[in-house]
Amino acid sequence: MKKARPTPLEYTRKRWFQLVMLFNFIFLYFPIVALVAFSFNNSRRNITWNGFTFKYYVKAFHNESLFDAFLNSLIVAGISTVVSTILGAMLGLALYRFKFPAKNAFDGWIHLPIIIPEICMGVAMLAFFSRLNITLGLFTITVSHIAFSLPFVAVVVRARMAGFDHSLEEAARDLGANQWQTFKDVTLPYMMPGVVAGALLALTLSLDDFVITFFTSGPGSTTLPIKIFSMVRFSVTPEVNAASTVLIVITLILSVGTMVIQARGGKDKGLPI
Amino acid sequence: MTSNQPIIRIQSVTKIFNRTVTAVDDVSLDIAAGEFFALLGPSGCGKTTLLRMIAGFENPTTGRIVVDGQDMQGVDPNHRPVNMVFQSYAVFPHMTVAKNVAYGLKVTGVANSEIQKMVPEALQLVKLGGFEHRMPHQLSGGQQQRVSLARALVKKPKVLLLDEPLSALDAKLREAMQIELVNLQKSVGITFIIVTHSQSEALSVADRIAVMKDGQVKQVADPLALYEKPNSQFCADFIGKINQLEAEVAGVEGKNLVVDIRGVGKVVIPHEGHAEGRVSLAIRPEKVELNAHEPGDERVKFLSKVANVVYYGSTSQVFLENAAGDQLMAEIRNRESNTATSILIGSEVWVSWKAADTLVLTE
Amino acid sequence: MENWRDNKLVAAILIVPASAWILIFFTLPLVIVWVFSFGERGPQGQTFLAFTLDNYARALELIHLGILWKSIWTAAITTLICFILGFPLALGVAFAPARYKNLLLLLVILPFWTNLLIRTYAWIAVLRTRGFLNFGLEWVHGKLDALFSLVKLPDVMGTFQPLALLYNHSAVIIGLVYVALPFLVLPIYATLEKLDRSLMEASLDLGAGQWRTMAFVTIPLAFPGILSGLMLVFILSLGTYLTPVLLGGTDSMMIGNLIAQEFGPARDWPFGSALSFLLLYITFIILWIRAVVARRSKGVSY
Repeated sequence: MKKARPTPLEYTRKRWFQLVMLFNFIFLYFPIVALVAFSFNNSRRNITWNGFTFKYYVKAFHNESLFDAFLNSLIVAGISTVVSTILGAMLGLALYRFKFPAKNAFDGWIHLPIIIPEICMGVAMLAFFSRLNITLGLFTITVSHIAFSLPFVAVVVRARMAGFDHSLEEAARDLGANQWQTFKDVTLPYMMPGVVAGALLALTLSLDDFVITFFTSGPGSTTLPIKIFSMVRFSVTPEVNAASTVLIVITLILSVGTMVIQARGGKDKGLPI
Repeated sequence: MTSNQPIIRIQSVTKIFNRTVTAVDDVSLDIAAGEFFALLGPSGCGKTTLLRMIAGFENPTTGRIVVDGQDMQGVDPNHRPVNMVFQSYAVFPHMTVAKNVAYGLKVTGVANSEIQKMVPEALQLVKLGGFEHRMPHQLSGGQQQRVSLARALVKKPKVLLLDEPLSALDAKLREAMQIELVNLQKSVGITFIIVTHSQSEALSVADRIAVMKDGQVKQVADPLALYEKPNSQFCADFIGKINQLEAEVAGVEGKNLVVDIRGVGKVVIPHEGHAEGRVSLAIRPEKVELNAHEPGDERVKFLSKVANVVYYGSTSQVFLENAAGDQLMAEIRNRESNTATSILIGSEVWVSWKAADTLVLTE
Repeated sequence: MENWRDNKLVAAILIVPASAWILIFFTLPLVIVWVFSFGERGPQGQTFLAFTLDNYARALELIHLGILWKSIWTAAITTLICFILGFPLALGVAFAPARYKNLLLLLVILPFWTNLLIRTYAWIAVLRTRGFLNFGLEWVHGKLDALFSLVKLPDVMGTFQPLALLYNHSAVIIGLVYVALPFLVLPIYATLEKLDRSLMEASLDLGAGQWRTMAFVTIPLAFPGILSGLMLVFILSLGTYLTPVLLGGTDSMMIGNLIAQEFGPARDWPFGSALSFLLLYITFIILWIRAVVARRSKGVSY
């Protein structure tokens, strides 16, 4: 069928514009795609394709310190996600629900961990723990991860609640529910997609974090990003590519999951998922 | 009012969105210079799409649009001799009123001294003199609308396009603006094309109206003809209120048609053109008369039962049911304070209208 | 919105735990660093509390000021490149047909979720001497060489010398742009998405071409979002630590690396703390500018 000529604001139908966008997407994806592809390359010098293999995944899996680091990452991320989701969701709900004096300032303060340079927070945590003579390890990593994940959860939950129809709560109260029942039966079901999205975000942030972990980890508490860092400082090996690919796939699943939940949460207007 | 060459020729224009949705379906229209033309139709009928194609914001899938003898194919909106008043007014929020009005002159290289003269004139024209240095967020909706008008008119376009310009105004202001728009159009002498979904707006402002439905133009006529002689059931129903009765054509007597109305019998109706088989007879409610006694000849008449009376202040609507159970509505003027109450629900009255007022709708 | 006084218990239960956590495990550590920044370093690298401005004075010495300056212009160039690449991308996504829009947005966001370390590491394989880029250049070189010898112009090209693309400051900038690009695209996209299309159409309708419409209408109206994006990218690249470590050479040290060095091998925590707060002050100034602009543009109802 004949297509009408592009109109002035249909930028995506203009040839030169498509080229700019194509360049951007190649720029964004080529390095990652190459990294993933060459984790399956049957050659140590990963520049030419020598056939498909899983052997670097097997190797990475049998690399004990790498595997330990992976387990450490899961432990830290698991605990950090649970704690930061609960605290962050409560905070997000409070920010949606209450007005109190100096709320703008409070808001700015709560969001600081999101915005300040990671290196500043990293060295601050290091100074803090060493001042208190707390040995660096999984505990200190987890505590720090909770501190920077919590505000993200609060932001996501609060954004979710922004679309909530407050009269639903009033209706519940009007029909005789007490405060807790109202929360449990009306508010929480609506809030849930935001909480789940916040939890997935917290999990991703924790699994991904390098800088703050770098300053709060001790000798026996290497996480996966720290381990990968120490490996890539020496050389580029397919084994590292394999380990990286595993991490990419995990975060990819988590992030797409988050977006699907948020998109669906927007559509069904708050039915429990 | 009309010159020989139409200022706008729309020739078999079709617009298909996303390869599937036909918004405008093979529309051809000629609009004369100096005309106040209205595109009227329910939402989704393609009227706004047609307007946006004239402005250049959409391009036709097939067909041509010619403005003042020039084919608009491939001409960007900024090079077209038409200007638009947007539904949302689209007044630039970061510029003063004066800068808004000057914008179109500035970007096309009009000399600064010239701009200084034209801007106040344009603002005077829309009665916004002295508002030059206000920011748009300090203006009411109606004032923003005037800025939008001044901004378009100052460009002296061949055609001014107005996309639902009055839909966001409240009822009183809307009526005042309708009158003002007509006066403005007469004084500047520019062709206006207005898109509206309000039949009363179209009837009150336009010289000529095109009624659209599902992307097609159903009828093009002046307001009087459109109201009195709609060519289809859709147009009759969309413009004003109308009663429709089913009937069968029984024969032709010269320029008259003999039709058999269910539950009424045969009546003779003046009708030009061809009609046979089942037809729909339409009659405007205000043309229907109610009498206690049988009226004279030359009228379509029958006895009906009063089902309900609804009081509207200056008028009342009387809902009637004839012997066959068909519904009919008469709109009567409340000349006396007891006109409405004198019609008793459940009573029988004579319903009648001039045979010549009957419309025979075949489509 | 409910006043906290009407429901004190619930408000306290919801707010106190999270606030306490952030107070103890974020604000307090920052306060400690702030106190340290006025302290003195002991002979074994201990930190003694004191009140001296020596650390800040040292931070402003020429050698350290140079590093700070380098960080600032690196962040500025990164921000500029991000804008040149990212603005058309944001525009493209915002004005894409509805059915592609979500897909395009997802494509912009996905790299943003991928591990920072891995994204940076991925560039090593692209940029190193035997990397993909040099490989591609060599291939092009070979083809050109063959072409020239075909027209009897042998050896115009010479033999291929791989370019030193990695371990220098350009590699750092490439890496930073790569990491920061989504941070710029998303806020700009969000503002463009909300922008009333008819304003741009009105500009075109009144006779302005694409570029003028962009300059006089689109960019001024999207300015708050653009500023947010630019500042996010600037803050992010200014405080970077990882990118110079992985992709940079000997001359690529930025303020983040200097801070890490003082807290690490150099063991001069007071000085590191002063540097850290210097970086924070710059961040705060930028945030303050953004807040002022946001407040000002709020008066005008876009």
